Amino acid sequence: MGYLSLFIEAVFVENLALSFFLGMCTFLAVSKKVETAIGLGAAVVLVQGITVPVNNLIYRYLLKDGAWAWAGWPEADLSFLGLISYIGVIAAMVQILEMTLDRYFPVLHRALGIFLPLITVNCAILGGTLFMVERDYRFGESVVYGLGSGLGWAVAIAALAGIREKLKYSDIPDGLQGLGIAFVVTGLMSLGFMAFSGIRIG
Amino acid sequence: MADTARKTLLDPLIDNNPVTLQILGICSALAVTTTLATALVMSLLLTVVLMLSNASISLIRRHLPRSIRIIVQITIIASLVIVADQVLKAYAYEMSKRLSVFVGLIITNCIVLGRAEAFATKNGVGPSLLDGLGNGLGYSLILVLVGTIRELFGSGTLLGYEVLALASEGGWYRPIGLLLLPPSAFFIIGLLIWAIRTWKTAQVEEPEYRVRAAE
Repeated sequence: MGYLSLFIEAVFVENLALSFFLGMCTFLAVSKKVETAIGLGAAVVLVQGITVPVNNLIYRYLLKDGAWAWAGWPEADLSFLGLISYIGVIAAMVQILEMTLDRYFPVLHRALGIFLPLITVNCAILGGTLFMVERDYRFGESVVYGLGSGLGWAVAIAALAGIREKLKYSDIPDGLQGLGIAFVVTGLMSLGFMAFSGIRIG
Repeated sequence: MADTARKTLLDPLIDNNPVTLQILGICSALAVTTTLATALVMSLLLTVVLMLSNASISLIRRHLPRSIRIIVQITIIASLVIVADQVLKAYAYEMSKRLSVFVGLIITNCIVLGRAEAFATKNGVGPSLLDGLGNGLGYSLILVLVGTIRELFGSGTLLGYEVLALASEGGWYRPIGLLLLPPSAFFIIGLLIWAIRTWKTAQVEEPEYRVRAAE
């Protein structure tokens, strides 16, 4: 599959937030303001762009059935250790990223810093990795998929935050106030994103 | 004592439901509810993992340094989820294919880490088990409700058995296809929240701005 097609599909057609419901907790909790939503979105793109390829290497060279053939141990299948390795890699990557940003890019750290710890338990990140494993992407594809799916999530949360900023001036029934209306709006957005399904490029 | 135990167990069902009030664990609540069977299996898995993780974290709570507690908790939860995943693959392979990545995502399901952090680190093993059971049941309640609505009205069946005779097979019922698509899960939970908050008005959120009535 072409990289461009994969990218478009990851951003729009298979949007992690709106068609797979991943990262919903943060998605609903941190989408009250456009600025914070964009900050969190950028952090997700960054972390997703790093962790999916790294986990791809770990899966292909350490965990997959027969992955240890290069070490003369072809019958090993460590794929049952997948979940614990991926979450460890994600937690470690987030920690390293935070320290690197703090040391070399203090401005960026000030903008994204508070969101980074939140990302470890964001299911969009682990979900991205698990989809990568399930679909058996090659390394190049995993880089494109990581960046694309992160960007898709960022676009979705920025759009929802934009709508919710306007929404606070509306007259909403008491019971729907806050969380309830956020669900309904997300549902409508998800309906909108379904229009992208079936798009293929190249 | 019996009173607090009952409160720990029953509070998370409606009054302090993890999904509709605490906004925890929504990802899987939406994704696995297209049929009742997947919703039931997911509820069962989550409840078991939640009880075991609460109990084991409560056991080591006095020996756990605060600075590394999150990573230890995640490791415990991840190990439990791996066990659950392997059991499911061994005994219900078909089902594990249908749930695909969502079993693994129990690790990052905020209910598990949230309860470990908020309850199990401060309470004994018994109450932590009960709290795990209560929250697991609260989550299951929402999942089963949404799963029932989506399967019954979306494809006219329940657990795969025909309940409403479909028009395409000579019956009278025309299924609502929208209910099988992702957006409907958002609508159903949104409306469910509306219903619960109309009943329990204490849960209503205060709006940032009130629209003033015209004079």
